[in-house]
Amino acid sequence: MKPITVIRSRTVVMPSTNIDTDQIIPARFLTTTVKEGLGKSLFADWRYDADGRPKPDFILNRPESAGCRILVAGRNIGCGSSREHAPWALVDHGFQAIVSTEIADIFRNNSLKNGLLPVVVDEATHAWLLANPGAEIEIDLAEAQLRIDGRDPAPFPIEAFSRYCLLNGVDELGYLLSQDAAISAHESVAPDARRSG
Amino acid sequence: MPSPRTLFEKVWSAHEVAPQSADTPAVMFVDLHLTHEVTSPQAFTMLRERGLKLRRPDLTLATMDHSTPTRTEQVFGGAPITIDSAAKQIRQLEQNCAEFGVELLGMQDARRGIVHIIGPELGVTQPGKTIVCGDSHTSTHGAFGALAFGIGTTEVGHVLATQCLLQKKPRTLAVEVAGRLPAGVTAKDLILALIGQIGVSGGTGYVLEYRGEAIRALSMEERMTVCNMSIEAGARAGMIAPDEVTFDYLRGRPRAPQGAAWDAALERWRALPSDPGAVFDKTVHLDASALEPMITYGTNPGMVVPVSGRIPARGGDPVFDAAMKYMGLVPGEPIGDAPINVVFVGSCTNGRLSDLRAAAKVLRGRTVAAGVHMLVVPGSQSVKAAAEAEGLDEIFRAAGAEWRESGCSMCLGMNGDTVGKGEYAISTSNRNFEGRQGVGARTLLASPETAAASAIRGRVTDPREFLS
Repeated sequence: MKPITVIRSRTVVMPSTNIDTDQIIPARFLTTTVKEGLGKSLFADWRYDADGRPKPDFILNRPESAGCRILVAGRNIGCGSSREHAPWALVDHGFQAIVSTEIADIFRNNSLKNGLLPVVVDEATHAWLLANPGAEIEIDLAEAQLRIDGRDPAPFPIEAFSRYCLLNGVDELGYLLSQDAAISAHESVAPDARRSG
Repeated sequence: MPSPRTLFEKVWSAHEVAPQSADTPAVMFVDLHLTHEVTSPQAFTMLRERGLKLRRPDLTLATMDHSTPTRTEQVFGGAPITIDSAAKQIRQLEQNCAEFGVELLGMQDARRGIVHIIGPELGVTQPGKTIVCGDSHTSTHGAFGALAFGIGTTEVGHVLATQCLLQKKPRTLAVEVAGRLPAGVTAKDLILALIGQIGVSGGTGYVLEYRGEAIRALSMEERMTVCNMSIEAGARAGMIAPDEVTFDYLRGRPRAPQGAAWDAALERWRALPSDPGAVFDKTVHLDASALEPMITYGTNPGMVVPVSGRIPARGGDPVFDAAMKYMGLVPGEPIGDAPINVVFVGSCTNGRLSDLRAAAKVLRGRTVAAGVHMLVVPGSQSVKAAAEAEGLDEIFRAAGAEWRESGCSMCLGMNGDTVGKGEYAISTSNRNFEGRQGVGARTLLASPETAAASAIRGRVTDPREFLS
């Protein structure tokens, strides 16, 4: 994973609420056995017509969306299926951050593990972003702030550990592997004793 | 005196390898890792690339369910699997399990089935365990008083390599369900009503504990239906305190503890329920006795009304309007007018024996309406065998429904069992998202009873018409 520090980009805005992971990547693309190459199927059923041609009015197909790395979505994006193919597809397409007022739990977890920054902002900031699609904004991970010119910075929550991993481009498995002794100690205690705890 | 603790807190603390700190999440030990063909290949590849071993093959169990065919000739007769990539994914799971020493209940195994159905059937799902799987409906296992939730593929890799997960401690939400469900109203109606009440993100960040008279009165299979859909309210996990109903279900299961180990387990399990006075971060209330059969009308499980009710009118809300346009339904009209093209009975939500019995009870001696295609897919091969032993398959066939081998099937249409564009499907599954059951498919979620009644009439029908 590449380290993330500051993401500066224009936004792509999808204002729908409850965008589920079936929309982000429909199930028929889940028979893959690799992570790569899912970007072309991102939002497939919204993005292409029955013959597989791009729908010109869908936001990702518009010229102004090219190269944008920040997706601003309506409340509760990523609900539903736990498929990590959703962040894989978003990352493969080129997104580095998802901004909303609520981000579904498993999707948020999966995003953090793939260098896709989940950014939960306050209602006012979100309303401004929805009203100003394509605005150039800045997301500063070290400061945990989303910055819009002419407005106060909007803080967003991010766990210290996830921030460390993203800033340094390291994955979480290394830390888990370093816990080997503690895991072995836990395993050596009989389940009976453990579960009565 | 130790302070009173919730069921969740007891299970959580017993599995903390390292507690949460200001700088690091908790390290949580996993007692049971279930895995399947769709969300595991990239995790096994990661192990291989990093030269890691599978830490605990004895706590890992694999099956195949999502992309598998349901036609007998493809499962048992050697006929080719229609989707090449699905066939490849199935072979990949077989190879990965052989290479890493994972027990696989494979394509022709009599114990194969939807991962959330076979765990309880085998008795590996037990109270007090931590259970994970690369599938959001892992919440099903919480019906036994386990802490069970879905994870992504990166985390599948973490568990394969370390048998642990990094976790932020969730909050707790008590769902107090008073009263008793009236006749003809099911566990599915209960959970749909709850999601309608708290919304599809009402449970985000929480572990739910379903409590109260109505929950205590449910069978294990009904409890699984409730916990299964916790994720549709945004909660990763839902739990129910184990009790005699739980123990009766598990006693004698092939992989449940036996003899002295059973007695010891019972003693541990009886200590699990939330202590009197345990504090939840939040509580919601529901009155089971006031519920009716429920059905969804929109494009998420929170868009739900009683079968006898009308589609709400919320003009001007663009998201609502888009959902109505997709569904081709008219706000303000009775949902009972909605036509039906396809009926699907199955899935990890409602694919157990009691679900098939409920649908068969409505269908017995009746027929599926002309032009309606009904598919009945048992949740596991064991469910299929048990249903056939009591003649349920004959009732479905005689009514004009198709009877298939087990799997996820039309719940998500990965294996080619799909609903056509623009068609209306009454489905006993868990998600009515756009395109979930096929491109352009329109899904209405309901109980097996409602699905069967609607199959007979060819439109959305209150099952109580057939249950008197």
